[in-house]
Amino acid sequence: MPNVMIRIKDNGALLFYIAKKDQEDEIATVEKDTDNEWGGEVELTDGSKYYIDPITPKPSFPTTLRFKRA
Amino acid sequence: MSANLTHEETEALIQEVLEVYPEKAKKDRAKHLAVNDQEVEQSKKCITSNRKSLPGVMTIRGCAYAGSKGVVWGPIKDMIHISHGPVGCGQYSRAGRRNYYVGTTGINTFGTMNFTSDFQEKDIVFGGDKKLSKIMLEIEELFPLNKGITIQSECPIGLIGDDIEAVAKQTTKAIEKPVVPVRCEGFRGVSQSLGHHIANDAVRDWVLHNRDNDAFDGTPYDVTIIGDYNIGGDAWSSRTLLEEMGLRVIAQWSGDGTLAEMENTPKAKLNLLHCYRSMNYISRHMEEKYGIPWKEYNFFGPTKIAESLREIAAFFDDTIKENAEKVIEKYKAEYQAVIDKYKPRLEGKRVMLYVGGLRPRHIIGAYEDLGMEVVGTGYEFAHNDDYDRTIKEMGNATLIYDDVTGYEFEEFVKKVKPDLIGSGIKEKYIFQKMGIPFRQMHSWDYSGPYHGYDGFAIFAKDMDTTLNNPCWSKVKVPWLAEDEEDVSVAASA
Ligand code: SF4
Repeated sequence: MPNVMIRIKDNGALLFYIAKKDQEDEIATVEKDTDNEWGGEVELTDGSKYYIDPITPKPSFPTTLRFKRA
Repeated sequence: MSANLTHEETEALIQEVLEVYPEKAKKDRAKHLAVNDQEVEQSKKCITSNRKSLPGVMTIRGCAYAGSKGVVWGPIKDMIHISHGPVGCGQYSRAGRRNYYVGTTGINTFGTMNFTSDFQEKDIVFGGDKKLSKIMLEIEELFPLNKGITIQSECPIGLIGDDIEAVAKQTTKAIEKPVVPVRCEGFRGVSQSLGHHIANDAVRDWVLHNRDNDAFDGTPYDVTIIGDYNIGGDAWSSRTLLEEMGLRVIAQWSGDGTLAEMENTPKAKLNLLHCYRSMNYISRHMEEKYGIPWKEYNFFGPTKIAESLREIAAFFDDTIKENAEKVIEKYKAEYQAVIDKYKPRLEGKRVMLYVGGLRPRHIIGAYEDLGMEVVGTGYEFAHNDDYDRTIKEMGNATLIYDDVTGYEFEEFVKKVKPDLIGSGIKEKYIFQKMGIPFRQMHSWDYSGPYHGYDGFAIFAKDMDTTLNNPCWSKVKVPWLAEDEEDVSVAASA
């Protein structure tokens, strides 16, 4: 269950940053992404998948969230 | 000058160098050596980094204490940094990084002094907390103008389980100044890199929020310089450019920096991050907590400087954007003259680098401005995110080495035959004796600054005087002197 900081990149994409691993990856898709809900299964551009229970309302970034490996 | 290696040749060179290792070591080291391929998006696919160096290989890394005391905290000039533990760790590294600062040493600034609790056997056996609190009160008496104290733990502190946090809290009350305990014992982590992180966390937990409720006379143009250690004056030659652009630099982290500047940093509009490796943690934290964006920039060489100035200006209004253009224009004649003078003397020369922090990728542009090419680069203590940022800067088929061993570096140099090597003091004399021009690129070989337009002029001159020094053709080590051919190869390399 890594702690992940999510921030908006210069190109507008969301950056998935796992501090423990110094891993920076772009988020490719988010299962639920509306104004009042954000989360579910999150897939990164390298193909790996993580899961977070959807958060209401959508959080403002940057923020640190706890994900599970999916 | 020899031709550049192809992708296959570089691959073969890596295999050849790995050949001497036993099977297990070979497998491990192979992961840290790579041929650059700009197509690769994520470095983790081609190179492994930030792993423990294995006993038996000569590594060039430092420890967590070095990362905290030596890099992040040490340059904060108006605080006193106690090297807590035996005397050696602090004394042998004292003032070695050449972080310049303004002030009267011993009165209101303390950068080049060494404060230590000088642990003896009895302190290890009975604990050193009493001694620590005593020396902090003594410091307060002898150096009343200090603005605060940090306790930089050396290895034994963690081993004997001293409670430096409790002592820090007590002493803060007694002297009414911040006292910051830093758990940067040398054995933590795999290199100095974790020391940077621990130091960043200590800033976050003990300092950063101190003035959150204080009024601050801010402007829309307040920026900070983060991750510039003012080596040979680097931060100064950077700061002038930002100020000429119309920005106001309210803090320098940590070269020539003060505690007050650190505490005021959350009031900034933009954090400018030079050394990503050592201070990205605190920048991310400030973005999350205070909403301050951060921007990585590169002030080595006119091409990257202009790029960075424009990118920084893009955060602000049109006046600043225009000013950025004016600054670039203003220095044009100056840097063009530098290029005109030195490029003909340096053009086509090939460089190999092996340093830490940001330099293995940031300096590449400065060499390219002089017509030179970086054919091999590597970091002592980088992580994946650093290599992600390096792949694009390096040419295809160039060598990339992580936590390179003494043996590997020497063999690579023998085969790649660079015209210049930039690395640290431990590598310097080996390569000089091989007859290869060398610059010590950690503290600029007692020169600098290298940042900014002013720094570029010094950089170019230093590279020229090193590379084109007639001494290199005269270097003949006795055991090669008879073999004339070998000598001439080494000398022309
Ligand atoms: S590893 Fe430990 S003993 Fe060695 S310099 Fe670092 S803190 Fe000191």
